[in-house]
Amino acid sequence: MHFPIILFLTKNWLESHMASAICSQKDYKVVPGPEAYLSPAAASMGIVLPEKGQGLIEGQIVSEKVAMEAIAKKLLGAKNPTFFPGPNVLWAVSEKAVAKAVALQEMVKAVPGMKIIPMPDYRPKYPMINPEVEINPNHPNLTIWHNEIDVCVFAGVHCHYANLALKIIRGGTDCYTIALCANPGHEDAMISLRDVHVEDIRRLTKVIERLREGSK
Amino acid sequence: MKERKVVDPEYLLKEAPREKKFLIGNEAVAEAVKRANVDIGVSYPITPQSEAMHLVGDIYAEGYLKDYYRAEHELGAMAAVAGAAMGGARTFTATSGPGTLRAFEMFPCWAGARLPIVCAFMCRGVNSPLTIQPDNIEIGWLMDTGMLIFHAENPQEFFDMLLQAYVIAEQPDVHIPVGVCADGFFVTHTREIVEVTPEDEMLPPYDPSKSPCPTMDMETPPIRQIRDPFVMKSNYISYNAHASWQQEVRAAAERSRKHIAKYLGSSIEVTNPDAEILLMASGTAAAQARVAVERAQKDGIDAGLVKVKVIRPFPDKEIRELTENPKAILVPEHNIVGWLAREVMSRTDYTKVCGGPRVFGGMTMPPEVILSEIKNLARVI
Repeated sequence: MHFPIILFLTKNWLESHMASAICSQKDYKVVPGPEAYLSPAAASMGIVLPEKGQGLIEGQIVSEKVAMEAIAKKLLGAKNPTFFPGPNVLWAVSEKAVAKAVALQEMVKAVPGMKIIPMPDYRPKYPMINPEVEINPNHPNLTIWHNEIDVCVFAGVHCHYANLALKIIRGGTDCYTIALCANPGHEDAMISLRDVHVEDIRRLTKVIERLREGSK
Repeated sequence: MKERKVVDPEYLLKEAPREKKFLIGNEAVAEAVKRANVDIGVSYPITPQSEAMHLVGDIYAEGYLKDYYRAEHELGAMAAVAGAAMGGARTFTATSGPGTLRAFEMFPCWAGARLPIVCAFMCRGVNSPLTIQPDNIEIGWLMDTGMLIFHAENPQEFFDMLLQAYVIAEQPDVHIPVGVCADGFFVTHTREIVEVTPEDEMLPPYDPSKSPCPTMDMETPPIRQIRDPFVMKSNYISYNAHASWQQEVRAAAERSRKHIAKYLGSSIEVTNPDAEILLMASGTAAAQARVAVERAQKDGIDAGLVKVKVIRPFPDKEIRELTENPKAILVPEHNIVGWLAREVMSRTDYTKVCGGPRVFGGMTMPPEVILSEIKNLARVI
């Protein structure tokens, strides 16, 4: 015998689960979720990458300076700030990678209580990831949920995998995402800087230190 | 290897001196590959493409490419360039009609793996009884593979678009394959004046360190990202990762728009945009439509032309704006399905769009056939 399956969809359910379908491109903002059952890629919603010297805050183009200040404020105001270093800074493949990793460690030290959870590679972790010790781009939400991370920073992750992770985090968690990209940036992060190299990380660290000292 | 000078892409595409040559489309392809600093070409013959990859083999022998070979079949050729691109090489291949279909599985794989492969599609009919003649139905099938798709009108555009394709495909925020299509025989075997850049100047080498995915290198971690696919498990997380992956490929195509504007100038070319009757066409249909529009204007009919150069990402905004005012839109095409008409209809008031005239299976499209449709429309609007 076959029974008809009846789905009772409330207005709230529809609004929260069909963001990609009902949200016009004009209104789209890149903000913490949980956004949708399947959230859209921000680039497909009309969010464009910053040009050189610019950054992105929640989908809006701003100057790099403004974006750096916003990153510092978010990190210093976070309950559980966490840094997710990717393979480009975890593996000593070049002197440049090592220098960048050192600069990032200095940035982490400048933020009180900031943890490091690495993304050593991109293989999906089956049968189960240990979310206390690593994050994976294919299911980053597990690490965010387990550690109750409210603000996170990505650096050294290849752009494709960073975008996967950032979008999945926005879709399923309320974590505020920040991407420090060595290439053109990430629309799927809530704050993104582009062309981030050693000197830029040091500048960001100085901004964090200045704001931290100012708030004492 | 042949001694040549590496030059800035913007200089090569926009400022370098040009020499006039009398070339067929397939020869223009080889001339473009010469200047594109391609590492490896992989060929498999099929009419009307065969000559192009044969000529690429000749320039390999002259020292313009590092490697070249003939694969065992089209799927093998497309898989080989995928492997080479994953290893950080700049690649080139080409195919036509049934060859495109035989290799088809690789095209979404190229896009999914974020490989900046450039492939020329010399479009021909796919049919039984067999045809080797011009027909661009394969563009309709390629449109949803995740690749960028350009459509060249003549040998000159074929030459330029191939070079532009490498520059756009390899942008770190794009980094997806580009299919550069041209109508078989009408372009591949038609001899025209083609203005080419100096033979001793070439694009800078591909820099795989800017790739959004790690280059496959068995000695440098991380490796094995393809070795452990999420398809191994059936659960929400796997499905969500797959979905997000596909969204990211489409997002990459969206990001290509600003680079297309920079290097191609625009996705479209417009003549008389405020006309009452607007024709929309791509490839050689645009050439025939241009003649028809000129004749219609001489006869006092207010007609204009939009030539669509970029099929993916489709110039949505431009087409929406251009189709607001005309009373009727005519879409002549070299295929039976009318893929361009479908694209235009889905972005405007479809009741204004007349899909046609269409020819296929090798038939030519005389401007008179288009002009006759323009006159029919002029009588009823």
